[in-house]
Amino acid sequence: MIDWVSDLLFWLVFGVVLFSLRGKRIFWTVGALGLLLLFNQFFTPGFFHIQVLGGHLYGSRLDVLNQGAKVMLLSLGMVLVIATGGVDLSVGAVMAIAAAVSSRLLVTEHQPPGIAIAVALLISILAGAWNGLLVAGFGIQPIVATLVLMVAGRGIAQLITEGQIINFLDPTMVYLGNGHLFGLPFTLTLVLAMLLLTYLMVRGTALGLFIESVGDNDEASRYAGINAKQVKLLVYTFSGFCAGLAGLVACSNIRSADANNIGLYLELDAILAVVIGGTSLSGGRFYLVGAVIGGLFIQTLTTTFYARNVSSDISPVPKALVIIAVCLFQAEAFRKRFGQLFLPIWEVLKPIRTRFHLSPAERHDTPRP
Amino acid sequence: MAPLLEVIGLSKSFPGVKALDGVDLRVEAGEVHALMGENGAGKSTLIKALTGVFPRDAGETRLEGKTIAPSCRAEAEAMGISTVYQEVNLIPHLSVAENICLGRQPTWMGVVRWRAIAQRARAALARLDLSLDVNRQLSLYSIAVQQMVAIARALDISAKLLILDEPTSSLDRTEVEELFKKVRMLRERGLGIIFITHFLEQVYEISDRITVLRNGCRVGCFPTKDLPRIELVSHMIGKAVQQVEALERKRASTATIRSDSPTLEARGLGKKGSVHPFDLDIRPGEVVGLAGLLGSGRTETARLLFGVDRPDEGTIRINDRVVKFHSPRAAIRNRIALTPEDRKAAGIIPSLTVRENIILALQASRLSWRRLSLGEQEKLADRFIQALDIKTPSREQVVQNLSGGNQQKVLLARWLATEPKLFILDEPTRGIDVGAKAEIEKLIQSLRQNGLAVLFISSELEEVVRQSQRVVVLRDRKKIDELTEGEISEEAIMHSIATRT
Repeated sequence: MIDWVSDLLFWLVFGVVLFSLRGKRIFWTVGALGLLLLFNQFFTPGFFHIQVLGGHLYGSRLDVLNQGAKVMLLSLGMVLVIATGGVDLSVGAVMAIAAAVSSRLLVTEHQPPGIAIAVALLISILAGAWNGLLVAGFGIQPIVATLVLMVAGRGIAQLITEGQIINFLDPTMVYLGNGHLFGLPFTLTLVLAMLLLTYLMVRGTALGLFIESVGDNDEASRYAGINAKQVKLLVYTFSGFCAGLAGLVACSNIRSADANNIGLYLELDAILAVVIGGTSLSGGRFYLVGAVIGGLFIQTLTTTFYARNVSSDISPVPKALVIIAVCLFQAEAFRKRFGQLFLPIWEVLKPIRTRFHLSPAERHDTPRP
Repeated sequence: MAPLLEVIGLSKSFPGVKALDGVDLRVEAGEVHALMGENGAGKSTLIKALTGVFPRDAGETRLEGKTIAPSCRAEAEAMGISTVYQEVNLIPHLSVAENICLGRQPTWMGVVRWRAIAQRARAALARLDLSLDVNRQLSLYSIAVQQMVAIARALDISAKLLILDEPTSSLDRTEVEELFKKVRMLRERGLGIIFITHFLEQVYEISDRITVLRNGCRVGCFPTKDLPRIELVSHMIGKAVQQVEALERKRASTATIRSDSPTLEARGLGKKGSVHPFDLDIRPGEVVGLAGLLGSGRTETARLLFGVDRPDEGTIRINDRVVKFHSPRAAIRNRIALTPEDRKAAGIIPSLTVRENIILALQASRLSWRRLSLGEQEKLADRFIQALDIKTPSREQVVQNLSGGNQQKVLLARWLATEPKLFILDEPTRGIDVGAKAEIEKLIQSLRQNGLAVLFISSELEEVVRQSQRVVVLRDRKKIDELTEGEISEEAIMHSIATRT
């Protein structure tokens, strides 16, 4: 009964949000997420079930929020990097480094958790700055420059953990990825706070404009007096910071630092999240909220497959198909072509439409007599 | 006999704009037909509708009496309508031969026949009396030669109608001569040629008839020899002949130079491989013209002054203080502005809005966290859209959708917003129409009267003469002469280029 009411409320809110976004770029991202959730509402039993245990909420949708936090955090950094026309392949490896550093300080060196977290984040920032230096300072192609750390980063993480998987039980560290705040997973607060921080950083200042300008036309931005190198250095550094946070959440989730597996292939999910969010890989205009929703979409997809017992060996195949569909539908040209397929049905319905005055308004591009 | 090409009542609308309104056009075989009009008059739209780049709303096209309706460029080419666009649409890293045959390579069982490609390319070039090494990379040749290659490519298919969309905008005088020789040759062979340009002299030099468009409508079609220049201009901008005459006669008035201490003082400034060391003073309230042939070092001079390139000798003094520019940022901080020669590569940020493009330089000169509020940005954008009469549906329009002249105005607005002391204008009127040109010239004069120092670079001598109080003449990357008020004339500049050592 309660489920029924809360579901209805959920869809009401979702519908209002979606309606208010019509005409905007992220409409299609949110719409895709809505379709996926709708599918689960009807075909995945228990997906919408929410349980209250000890004042905390539990359920598949909250799992999505909690598990998706990593990709959402990564996508915040990635979207800015991609907006400058670059890409950061090293974020997965930086996650592993952050996890290794924090666990080692916590367990082997017996440092307080505050120090462990701070040092891990600092080192992630340095890793990001290193990428920025290679790209902005030495002019190396972003894909090559960040590939260096993508490959070397896991080795560095292995060195830090000395090849061991370090387990920890420190309550602060465990809270990061598993705790609850206001009855909701703490990671949700973390993601929202980071989203707000990033938003203020890029839209509250002129940084966002500079990022888009550099991504759109590097040379012209230089002529206009923008320090393109500084902008690039900054976005890669920020991406490193986001990766560090995601790494801390990841190792907290499993209460251990596994240098080989933490953040593995997550850089690809983050890039995907950005693309699903409506930002072009060639740089320029970027959509911050879109990227986060894109991350949420990817996690919802993954959780859907878990919930439906699709083996994780084959789930990448349907996942790929869904993502291709989402990307295609974001392109207006494709939507038009697709719409034409249904034109005959539309024509058949014509009498009904005229009967009920449902005909669309005159097309604007028809020539006036 | 039916004309080669007959267009009847062609119409095309875009959301909110009627780009073409019932336009007629007749091109005979063996004539050069000039298509004239201001930016946004519908020339490019007409060509694109003609060649099927986008669909038309109404109207009919006949080629040799047969109705045609190509749906893409390739189809139009197969019918015999070939187009060479303004920007050379070739691939610089491929060889000449590959460029000519790209998309229609002769193959044998799916394997490209390289020797046949080279042969075919040589034949295509031979039709233009050109002999190039067809296996050399295209980018190693000059723009002029690349243009010829583009024409050769267009003629490779049996073309009946050749459309040249601003083919001369990046060529210098001798290169234009060369191109015209080829065009005349093609005309004698019975091709119909549609020629689009902004250069009036060239129209009179080469064309047989002129069709004038204005605001998407056809004004009329005139035999070139019966249409005086001044009338052509008046048809294009839709103003009476007397008004145009007044516009043309207006020559920069003299003596508003306010003080003798120069805004910028360059001494022995030079860079190896770029420009030989030169001295240059620019005073407030003065327009200094920079004249010289293409490649004489005009743009390089501007780049040195603006900190795009670092000079390896000499000094720049601003307000009696020696400054060193490591980047345009440093130059901007000293209140210097520059609109670059290559508007597309170094000027506009194509997918940002008009507003964002206008405030960009001002915002960049402030610290990035001191963001101009949206209200301030909008006020600034609106002010300049109005002041410079930028034609855009709104300030939130993406700048790449604007015509060339309006993009240039957006760039001017971007720099005026920074309130510069020295404004370097590198070819500000290239590729824009007569009306916008006159507006920009007027603007330059009003800036000068407000005490700005202006460095004006143009390859049109006429314009340099009209605008400048002083003219610096460059040749072979060297300053060879400086003409002062009273000595300035086109003849004097040309004389100086030809004889000075």
